[in-house]
Amino acid sequence: MALSRDAGTTGFFTDSTLCIGCKACEVACKEWNDVPHDGFLWSGLSYDNTLGLGHSSWRHVKFVEHDTTIGVGGNSPAQMTWQFSSDVCKHCEHAGCLEACPTGSIIRTEFGGVYIQPDICNGCGYCVVTCPFGVVDRRPDDGRAFKCTFCYDRQKEGEQPACAKACPTESILFGKLDELERLADARIAKLHSAGMQDAAIWNPKDTSVGGTHAFFLIRGDSRQYNLPVNPEVPTTLLKPAWTAAAATAGIMAVGALLAFGLGGKPRRREEASRETLQNR
Amino acid sequence: MTASSYHDLPLLKGPVWTWEVPVYFFTGGAAGAAAVLAAAAQLTRAGDDVVRDARWIAAAGAAVSGPLLVADLGRPDRFLYMLRVFKLQSPMSVGAWTVAVFGALTTTSVSADLVSRRTACPVKIVGDVSGILAGITGLVMATYTGVLLGATAIPVWKSHVRMLPVHFGASSLGSAVSLLELRGHRLPALNGLALGAAVFETLTGAAIEGRRDPESEPLRHGGTGRLTRLGGTLSGPVPLVLRLLGARKAAAASTLIGSLITRFAWVEAGKVSANDVGVAL
Repeated sequence: MALSRDAGTTGFFTDSTLCIGCKACEVACKEWNDVPHDGFLWSGLSYDNTLGLGHSSWRHVKFVEHDTTIGVGGNSPAQMTWQFSSDVCKHCEHAGCLEACPTGSIIRTEFGGVYIQPDICNGCGYCVVTCPFGVVDRRPDDGRAFKCTFCYDRQKEGEQPACAKACPTESILFGKLDELERLADARIAKLHSAGMQDAAIWNPKDTSVGGTHAFFLIRGDSRQYNLPVNPEVPTTLLKPAWTAAAATAGIMAVGALLAFGLGGKPRRREEASRETLQNR
Repeated sequence: MTASSYHDLPLLKGPVWTWEVPVYFFTGGAAGAAAVLAAAAQLTRAGDDVVRDARWIAAAGAAVSGPLLVADLGRPDRFLYMLRVFKLQSPMSVGAWTVAVFGALTTTSVSADLVSRRTACPVKIVGDVSGILAGITGLVMATYTGVLLGATAIPVWKSHVRMLPVHFGASSLGSAVSLLELRGHRLPALNGLALGAAVFETLTGAAIEGRRDPESEPLRHGGTGRLTRLGGTLSGPVPLVLRLLGARKAAAASTLIGSLITRFAWVEAGKVSANDVGVAL
């Protein structure tokens, strides 16, 4: 599959080593995009009451609790350390939701983002199960699927997305994807030279997803951030699935023809058939 | 504190589909296989009665399938948007077009049959041609729902991506044959096909029971495990034994109930699978 990105492709580089967990991105996103609240819940899990991305949470600040073996910089050995990380739709290079959308509501924008056109979506729900990151969700009271729009409206006006604009520490950087990747490489080199050896970029370029336009700098095991190690775009499963379907169809067609062709003498069968119909 | 996922929260979102979708998998599959039987019976001249009844089952199944699919949409008034584009890479798009074409063909085949029997209008050929085309489309109807589930991010579905289209196809064939038998048809051909489907469903059940991977857990444990086992038993071994004993109608009834339960089991297993913390990571 050819990559969709070009020089004009924009991206998010979210650096969790700079995030302070203020959730300004969550608030700015909700305000700009008019996203409704999705319940008031005290989760008891760190200070995270959003818990995940969903139909009405397009940015989500994770409060990852690390054990003491990871922390550097004077943490007490008796206490865990926190890593904050603002999660968002990954805007995949090969997007499962976009491929699966039957109405053509989900499109690739001129900025390379994955966008659900709300005036087209009919709420079939197939994007929900074809997103390998659990991002897309159907809003029950509305019926349509929603996720991060990459602030398509703002980008068209030359503005950066609301979350990046609101981020007070530049943990969320918005810009041209190529430039952001260079910035990320420089940042990783700097962190490594400062002794933070567990810092790494999460961007699944070597998988069928083909990389993401929103990528992350995290510390430690990516699974603790609910960032899968080896995500797979479901489109790769089409070939084995349709091959199995075609084989089944072939066997069914030949089987039915053989059964009716060889399944007895037509006259006797007709009589039997008529007889039972009369007996009913 | 080291967890396998973020605070032991699941990564994926499960299907938002309600009862309409598994019921459609059953009605659409049975209708598709019935159209295949009608076309095969027509081509082999197995008798007008069985052709006509199979066509009616196909048309009736198509007629209830459309409304079920519309009802499941978040925005039912936008159901026509399904035909806005055709995307080969989207099983949902292929399916929507197949349902639409299949509905038109099956309706044409029974209408033409009705007209040709009650008037002098020579439209039998229209019924025969649309009957054959409906049979070809029916092959897709009976199997594509397995592709629809298999080509997703849901662990229990994608790990059975090769099995699902075959499994659903066999289930559909068993249902269509059973409906014809309950209508009173006793052709040996139907018994043969039903035996084949029951043998296959028995083997599928055994294959599911034999799997030990974490992705398959929802098919073997808990409520969805019981549902899978019940559906599989009623579609496989029970009708197999009943047929060998000669109790064809009882076998047919068991097959139909088993097929319906099987579709519910797979959709519900998908919901459990999506919440299976860590499997998708």
